[in-house]
Order: sequence, then C-alpha cells, then structure tokens
Amino acid sequence: MLTLVGEDRPGIVAAVTDCLYREGWSLGEASMIRLGGNFTIMMMVTSAAGAQALERVLRPLADAMDLRLHVDAIGGGLHRHLVPNIQVRVTGADRAGIVAKVTGALAQAGFNILELESDVAGVEDNPVYIMNIQGYAEQTVEALQAAVDGLNEPDIDVSVSAVDTLIG
Amino acid sequence: MAILDILTIPDERLKQASEPVTLFDAGLRSFIADLEQTRQAGPAAVGIAAPQAGRSQRIVIVDVSGRPKTANHGYMVLVNPEIIRWEGFELGREGCLSVPDYTGNVIRAERIELSAQDPDGQFHEYAMEGFEARAVQHEVDHLDGLLFLDRLVSRRTDLFRRKIYQKGIQRKEKGGT
Repeated sequence: MLTLVGEDRPGIVAAVTDCLYREGWSLGEASMIRLGGNFTIMMMVTSAAGAQALERVLRPLADAMDLRLHVDAIGGGLHRHLVPNIQVRVTGADRAGIVAKVTGALAQAGFNILELESDVAGVEDNPVYIMNIQGYAEQTVEALQAAVDGLNEPDIDVSVSAVDTLIG
Repeated sequence: MAILDILTIPDERLKQASEPVTLFDAGLRSFIADLEQTRQAGPAAVGIAAPQAGRSQRIVIVDVSGRPKTANHGYMVLVNPEIIRWEGFELGREGCLSVPDYTGNVIRAERIELSAQDPDGQFHEYAMEGFEARAVQHEVDHLDGLLFLDRLVSRRTDLFRRKIYQKGIQRKEKGGT
C-alpha cells in the first residue's frame, strides 16, 4: 500500500504513475482525492520487487514534488470487493465527537464501514458537518436507525437507508 | 432450453447498437426462454438484455418481483422497447452480469413510461418507477451499446448533498432561526 500526500498541483498523478509504470509496477485499487488543499493518494501496487524497492523507486520523485511517501507491505489483493447494503448520511452542527458517536453506535450494531467521506460546509461562522458512509451490515435499516437515534443528539441528523444494488 | 454464455467487458459486441425484432416466431420465443434461464442462472440479476448473450436484437427481460417492498409488473419480456417519458432523477448503485466484480453509482430517471412489444408482437405500454424503472433503463441501455460504466458518477456527486442541504434548511426554518 503506497501513500503519498502533498500540496495539490497539476501533474502529481501523471508523474507518480509514469514512474511506477517505467519501473514495472502494476496498479490495483486506488483512492485519490484532494483534502483541504492537499492531494492524497492511497494505492495498491504490486511487483516482484517488494516494498523496499518501491520506496527506492519513488523517493527521488517524492522529494522533487515535496510529497510525503509511505509504503506498507500488505496481504490484500484484487477481487475482494464487498458490496455495501447500507448508507448512512449525517449532517449537523460541526462539533467535536460527531464521528466518534455515530460510528461508535453503528459499530456496536455490527455495521462495517466500507467508504466514508466527510466534509465541512456552510459558512465559517456556522459550519455544517456532512458525512456520507456506505457499509455492510446484517442488521435491518430499522435496527441501525434505532441505534443512531439512541444517541439523542438534537442538532445532528442521521439517516440510515438501504443501498439497493441492481444487477442487470 | 439452454444457459447462454454471457459476454463480458471488454467485448466489443457490448458496444454495438442492436437491431429491432421483426420476426415474432417460435425461434424468438425459444431464445427468450434461454435468455430467462440464463438470467436466473446468474448472480441475482433482475434483468438481462439479448446483446449480453451475443444476440444483437432489441429484446430485454426484467423481473424485480423477487424484491421485497418493490412496485413491479412481474416478469416482463420487452421486445423493441422504447422509453417515451422520463421524470425525476435518482442516484443508485448498479452492477452488471457483463461487468463482473464491480458496482458503481449511476443516475437514472425516477419514473418512466415505455412502449414495447411482447413475444407475440402485441404492443403494450407501461408506466413504472423506482427500482423497476432503473432496471428497465439499465437493460434498454444495453440495446444502444451502453453499459452502466458509461454513466458512472462520482461517489462525491452533489446529488446526495443537495438533498441533505435542503433538508437542513427546512429544519432551520421550522425552528425559526
């Protein structure tokens, strides 16, 4: 698992993937997104060469583009997707502890988070926290909704709904 | 009856537009029976289109009646289907027999009206919504050489957010702030 983070600018993805391609690395699943002016890359890559070789290959580029580089050998692989069946949307006043409370209640109800994205919207004086979670649970939507309703947080709106994946 | 081979990406035939059916004969009905058997043999597919089985003709099958709490018309064979009205839009997750091991978010019309022929060539009109309307739009796309991959939207698409944001505003108004 390759992690790269640095100040956003055009050309980061092209430079990184070109370097990997030239050195014989294959790319797998990846998540790349701009967060607060930083560009972040988390990417599964594979080659016979191993984690230390990957760090050697990318170090000059990372230094030149001022990217923080981190490499972990992992046991994962492709074709291990879990399809989310539950979606949770959270909006509310931006204050400490929202994520911990909501995800804590969900975890206790057996909910496994597959994707989470969050953002702060609104205006600076009145920020609004928005979070969108997709995940998998054996429990019903009603049971999960009851679990988050039990938090009793009046200024946070949490809605649980089913993700109906259509196969056609 | 037979289970047909399903074409999977990147098979170029999936990108071709299919031809209208003109001959409503025993051969057509036999193919439709095979197509339905193929759908049922796959992993829980609610629909299938003829080109997925390598037959470039405008035939689809949709059946969402197995899903709980889903409005439906039961088992539908749609020959030469034409969507004649679209209304609303909705984001939903889709996968496809022709795209193994991948699902993604796609925007579809919430309600549609369509006309189609049955396996005997008789014309029918349907009005439908929600999951069933989504399934029909997905299958009719196959007849035009389109996959859900051609309509993917970002997970961060602003459709979710807009709905949430409006809800927030309404609440505030109720609260008088």
